[in-house]
Amino acid sequence: MSSGTTDFEALLREALSPVDPPADLAQRLELTLVNLTELAQEELEAWELSAMRDPRNWVRPAAAALVGVSAGTALVVLRVRSRHRARKQQSSNLLELAERTFQDIAEEARRILPDR
Amino acid sequence: MPDTIPATKAELDARFTELYRAHLRDVYSYSYYRVGNHHDAEDLTEQTFLQAYRHFERALRESHGRPLRPWLIRIAHNLAANFYRDRSRKPESAIEDAGMISAPHTTESLVEGREELKTILAGVQQLPDDRREALIMRFALGMDNREIARALGRTDGATKVLLHRAIRQLESMVTENSADGAHAEPAG
Repeated sequence: MSSGTTDFEALLREALSPVDPPADLAQRLELTLVNLTELAQEELEAWELSAMRDPRNWVRPAAAALVGVSAGTALVVLRVRSRHRARKQQSSNLLELAERTFQDIAEEARRILPDR
Repeated sequence: MPDTIPATKAELDARFTELYRAHLRDVYSYSYYRVGNHHDAEDLTEQTFLQAYRHFERALRESHGRPLRPWLIRIAHNLAANFYRDRSRKPESAIEDAGMISAPHTTESLVEGREELKTILAGVQQLPDDRREALIMRFALGMDNREIARALGRTDGATKVLLHRAIRQLESMVTENSADGAHAEPAG
């Protein structure tokens, strides 16, 4: 390998130096992953097998299982929840708060679940 | 990372946490150089790890103890492709400067060096997709030929050729650019 090539590769290595992720990204991701596992676990544990005899009770455990597999959906919930306080301060009444919340859910779902 | 498949959900989660901590920077760097800005790179990194989490157990079973970094990068690669397809976007032409700021420079070479690095980065963005990807994996992530081959779904030999051609093409682009710049400078 010529020294010109080696020099160019050194420059390339410098130009493409690794980029550190923002600190809040790491925290947010860890929180999301922890919540995902805990949400699903808690929902499933809360329901005794005996309760499953009543078909009306099948919806929540099924939803819990979905949380476990549908990570993107949980991320929407977490993000919308995290902005709840800000919306509350911005809204003058309950109707407006509800409206802002629905808009936020739709916006997050569009962002997080683009191909579903 | 140990070779055995975790027996419990808690062990599986612990193993995933290890993987995540070991490769967050790799996935973020790859995403950043693919999409060209921090905002979309964060989104892509999040999506990559969430998808990886959903398929982690199967990936462990099928990896037979091999490193999982190529699998992670392949997820990011596929998501990035969808990202452009769904939003009809292209990578941004000029990458934000963050990648270069951390690079060490002497005071004398700072300005000249940065210009050269900028030219190289702009050239990387103009390469065909597979060549650009291979260069990002090699130089930003430090992956070897075998890892890159697994991430791109190619043979080791084909990957070696791909990298060689990518470097040659980029080098001639940068040389041409420098020559054009020199000719364009006003005399005196």
